[in-house]
Amino acid sequence: MGTVLVRWMPPPMLAMFVLFLLLPVVLPRLGYTYLGTEVMIWAIFALGYNLLLGYTGLPAFGHGAFFGIGGYLLGMSQKWVTGGLALPLAAAAVGTLLLGAVVALFVARRRGIYFSLLTIAFGVMFWFMVFVFDTWTGGEDGLTGINRLTVVGYALRDNVPFYYFVYAWFVGTTIVLWRIVNSPFGQVIRAIRQSETRARAVGYDTARYKWAVFTLSCGFAGLAGGLYALARFGAFAEPMSLSQSGNVVLMCLIGGGFASFYGPVLGVVVFLVLRDVLSTLTDHWMLAYGVLFMAVILFMPEGILGVVRRLRQPAGFHDTGMAQAARARESSAPAPPGVPGEGEP
Amino acid sequence: MTSASPVSPGSTPVLETRGLRKAFGGHVVLDGVDLTFEPGRLSALIGPNGAGKTTCFNLLTGFLAADAGAIRFKGRDVTHLPPHRRARLGICRSFQVLNLFDDDTVLENVRVAVPAMRARGFDCWRPADSVSEAEDRAAQIVRLIGLAGRERVAARYLSYGQRRLLEIGVALAGEPELLLLDEPTSGLGMRPMETLRELVQQLSARLTIVVIEHDMDFVLTLSHHVAVLHRGQVIAEGPPAAIRDHAEVREAYLGRLGAPAPRGARA
Repeated sequence: MGTVLVRWMPPPMLAMFVLFLLLPVVLPRLGYTYLGTEVMIWAIFALGYNLLLGYTGLPAFGHGAFFGIGGYLLGMSQKWVTGGLALPLAAAAVGTLLLGAVVALFVARRRGIYFSLLTIAFGVMFWFMVFVFDTWTGGEDGLTGINRLTVVGYALRDNVPFYYFVYAWFVGTTIVLWRIVNSPFGQVIRAIRQSETRARAVGYDTARYKWAVFTLSCGFAGLAGGLYALARFGAFAEPMSLSQSGNVVLMCLIGGGFASFYGPVLGVVVFLVLRDVLSTLTDHWMLAYGVLFMAVILFMPEGILGVVRRLRQPAGFHDTGMAQAARARESSAPAPPGVPGEGEP
Repeated sequence: MTSASPVSPGSTPVLETRGLRKAFGGHVVLDGVDLTFEPGRLSALIGPNGAGKTTCFNLLTGFLAADAGAIRFKGRDVTHLPPHRRARLGICRSFQVLNLFDDDTVLENVRVAVPAMRARGFDCWRPADSVSEAEDRAAQIVRLIGLAGRERVAARYLSYGQRRLLEIGVALAGEPELLLLDEPTSGLGMRPMETLRELVQQLSARLTIVVIEHDMDFVLTLSHHVAVLHRGQVIAEGPPAAIRDHAEVREAYLGRLGAPAPRGARA
């Protein structure tokens, strides 16, 4: 059934999965398989983070901290507690989710600039804690010696098997997030972004929803962070630093996280590929990088997919998730939007 | 009596306030407001700009906290309940400045406010449109407000008049026992105004409604009961006919309600 497929995996998503499935065939010629792995890991992080930014409209700036913590949880658990691969990954995702749930208790009732500042404060605090507890985290040197181990006979030490290991998580996460944004919960968080006042007026305890979204996004950040630690054979503090914590925000904005479910993925691709390309061209790549992103924010604040959507649809039209799915299901859609109806002066 | 009130004397009021007071800094906006809204009645809350009408609604719905006084809904003290709790009890409001979910479709706007949907708000897995009870109820309300055929249109693409209707639709979706409408006809032209008036009249047959309204024609012909707010106090209350002839009201409203001339001049 077509509709069933759309509910689980609409055409653009299917196309994206096929593309990533075939990528290791081409990647060695363009760059290296590891880049594809890194893209998918950051995509898991960014897609989860976009629940917060794009769907609920909550600009959290310290989310890199949860990504980093996921890495440390995986490493510590593998080295000293459970060993293996499955349990440390679970520890990374669930542990970070639980920590996020506690932090969310403090931030969920804050709005606007106070929300953002508080998330930065928590981020900086966690970053410092890495160095305070350096016996466990390895401090400046990082927590090294993390093993990828083997899954059903494939040694993940090799980059291609590891790519497909991450791919499985990427596919799973994307499908779960698609279900979330199209669920009643997804509808409520989008309502909160558009008018929190109205959402409260129709009976939603918006603080509880914001708590839940924050917590969920931390869980995905932890999972991605855990995978990242496996990818690098170690957990390190730099994604947690204030200067890098904003990367995921940029990724979502560049790709068009406010306009499309897929915005964050595209943002990650652009961000990471550009970094690699520019850094081979010039030593001053950070400068070029900065200018480029400034240009994006200034001239296309709705992101790449936002621009695409604007060009393809009536002026100002943009939506995330639900309306999109609705249109996909109703391909025999009635009157185009924007036609004034009866009863007008 | 221009309009008969369907209220039997002695029934518990849907909502009553006692000594409601609100000040912003040193500026007292509401000062000892006692209001009683009887079941089944369409009450109008009128008064010049700045009289405290919208502030009053914000206190009734919990968006502002009262400095003093009490609010009882069907005999229950709701003075300290947050907005979402009051909405769940059945106090539903519309907004004077349109407050819609602009990116969402007409149907989604209404559906998200339906109690059956609210009960599933934390469901992260099933598609939002699979809650058939909410879907049906929302479709019903969309028809009631005259927007049938526009279900899949994003709210931002509706005409102003249609957005005004949707504003009421979202409030209605919450299954109100008390419907608070804040200037529902604000900014409307002649024809949409007629549509809206018919809708409110239709609703008033089965709901308790309080409406803030500036259009005196609307107030005098539709309401069963009028309360006049002036400088934060209720200066008059009663059936519309009595209010029209009330001396203090004439003074507060001079040129609007007092003399027929400006009304003619306005048209």
